[in-house]
Amino acid sequence: MKLEAKPEVKAQQHVKTGADLLVEALIDEGVDTLFGYPGGAVLPVYDAIYRAKEAFTHILPRHEQGAVHAAEGYARISGRPGVVVGTSGPGATNLVTGIADAMMDSLPLVVFTGQVAKSVIGTDAFQESDVMGITTPITKHNYQIQNIEELPRIVKEAFHIASTGRPGPVVVDIPKDISSTVSEAKVETEFHLPGYQPNFKPNPLQINKLIDAISQAEKPVILAGSGVIHAEGSEELRKFACTHQIPVTNTLLGLGSFPGNDDLSLGMAGMHGRYAANMALYECDLLINIGARFDDRLTGNLKYFAPKAKVAHIDIDPAEIGKNVPTQIPIVADAKASLAELNRQNLTMKDHQEWLDLIQKNKDDYPLWHEQPEEKLVPQWLLQKVHEYTNGDAVVTTDVGQHQMWAAQYYTFNKPNRWVTSGGLGTMGYGFPAAIGAQLAKPEGTVVAIVGDGGFQMTMQELSILQERGLPVKIIIVNNEALGMVRQWQESFYEKRYSESLMGVQPDFIKLADSYNLKGYKIETQKQVEAILPDILANDEPAVVDCRVLQEENVYPMIAPGKGMHEMIGVRPT
Amino acid sequence: MKRIITATVQNRSGVLNRVTGLLSKRQFNIESISVGRTETEGVSKMTFVVDVSDEQKLEQLTKQLNKQIDVLKVSDITDKAIVARELAMVKVISNPQLRSEIQGIIEPFRSTIIDVSKDSMTVQVTGKSDKVDALIELLRPYGIKELARTGLTAFPRGNQPQVTDMKSYSLLK
Repeated sequence: MKLEAKPEVKAQQHVKTGADLLVEALIDEGVDTLFGYPGGAVLPVYDAIYRAKEAFTHILPRHEQGAVHAAEGYARISGRPGVVVGTSGPGATNLVTGIADAMMDSLPLVVFTGQVAKSVIGTDAFQESDVMGITTPITKHNYQIQNIEELPRIVKEAFHIASTGRPGPVVVDIPKDISSTVSEAKVETEFHLPGYQPNFKPNPLQINKLIDAISQAEKPVILAGSGVIHAEGSEELRKFACTHQIPVTNTLLGLGSFPGNDDLSLGMAGMHGRYAANMALYECDLLINIGARFDDRLTGNLKYFAPKAKVAHIDIDPAEIGKNVPTQIPIVADAKASLAELNRQNLTMKDHQEWLDLIQKNKDDYPLWHEQPEEKLVPQWLLQKVHEYTNGDAVVTTDVGQHQMWAAQYYTFNKPNRWVTSGGLGTMGYGFPAAIGAQLAKPEGTVVAIVGDGGFQMTMQELSILQERGLPVKIIIVNNEALGMVRQWQESFYEKRYSESLMGVQPDFIKLADSYNLKGYKIETQKQVEAILPDILANDEPAVVDCRVLQEENVYPMIAPGKGMHEMIGVRPT
Repeated sequence: MKRIITATVQNRSGVLNRVTGLLSKRQFNIESISVGRTETEGVSKMTFVVDVSDEQKLEQLTKQLNKQIDVLKVSDITDKAIVARELAMVKVISNPQLRSEIQGIIEPFRSTIIDVSKDSMTVQVTGKSDKVDALIELLRPYGIKELARTGLTAFPRGNQPQVTDMKSYSLLK
């Protein structure tokens, strides 16, 4: 017998439970999409969600990790917190990877986890886990609700903390007795957080210092990170850079904050960044970091990172300033507010045409390159084609690894909020569920999940969501039958000992798609790409595209681990 | 270098775990930590003695502490004029013959005997950590059966010298 949820059976009218208060608080916050998975400790919450069915689109993944990554994709594209619901114990621990990922990449999430009843917390009860202990180091903040009266206030605080300042994940752990208790006491909604007052406006003295430094600079460069995107400051950045002709390079996550096709754009810097970008960072005399955190994948060996430069750093998080790179001009403020202030200032620069010429020369002499054997499918070329067929305007999500770097290099982003990737944590299996969230946040947009064959197999059970929701996500599997980046490092640094990195045995992805009632395609040649990919990407339906690319292809250029910016390898064809 | 850091925090469950977890996650070594309530209800004060390698690390430490939502204010009071105290209890092996000898040793430290038994006595000493260290060293030859220290607690004196280059980090400033 098939069981169905019966909407016609009206849930009993009753007084408000903690779960009802939670649902009301969510509606209050304007939440309309939930990513969650039910279970014992959240039964009361799910009952309340059932009663408030019309208020939410609830996305049911097939593993909690899918829910949290989808919420991250949703948050990245919508700019609003992604809301996740999970049960206690394994439900909560399955969310941990996504929470840590959101923490590293500053994505606003509010995660509600069920907890066993307060009376049995600490007794190793069924499906109990110490969610507070586990998530304290990987959240911006976390709460365990102790009294039903404080629930609405805590939900408000959670959304406030997640979405302001430097965004990040907040976990709210709700014991089952709280969500099922009925309360008649007056609830509190006012909150005051004396220990949390993020600074938004730049200090005028520091702005003056920066203006002075820019007017003295002969070789200035801007490093724009995802802080610019979070602050929605792309337009201000474009204006600032273009007015004063200062070249702009991006971090991985900052791609799209400055138009990639602009003459002043240097593209991505860092381990697999462009030669011209890394040389600009190496040679510059003034480095203006806006909303980037000087991650080690960007800086390479710190000894050789911007060694001749005065460093200015604009960041809303004071702890990022001076963490890795000594900074002469710290500005703790919102990126957009700071750029707007800089745009208001009178600034006359020294003539730095020579610098711009040098950069142009590096760009011309050392462009990205790759082999192009006849007929074979080269991943870099494939990514360029994806760019071409989507007019560079699709939302692109990725996992981590070779395909991620190729997407970053070859899918030139000209606008912000098109790029969803796991940067800091480098999470395999992120791209596909994140694409689901991105598509929900942008129903009309084209969303392409660029995934590796390894990463896709970590979360491909979420194909169910595409089937269920008819979401037109396009999955491009850059299939090299290997954990490509691991294989590349084994080739380069471990004398080709391919220890457990080759994955010859794979499912038939077409049949897999078919079993979910989705269309699957296999592409093995350039001709096939040209013949069928444009239609697949233009269609308003989901697709799984298994692209068999050259296994031996490596990501270049590269700063080898421990090396400096100026020691790139693979900058030219050998 | 050893630094004395104080943090006023919201007295909420888990706040100690947050702070110590953060310090261990970022590889800071805590030498001692003491926590207690303050004059304001709901606000506690933590005093840490930490060993940091350089100024940059120290700045990171205070900034990371300040980032915690439950942390209200962080100060490095090492270079300020401060009052700092630690309490230690030392159980020393002693017999009636030695008792007066030990009493003579501890007297200049304004230390007191708080428990005596047939073969041991317990001494309490309060003061800055170096004073406590000194007394413990003097008592060691008699044989220390048990030793417990509270860790340092400190705050700035009411009057501060005019010229200082104190360091204080706060988001509230």
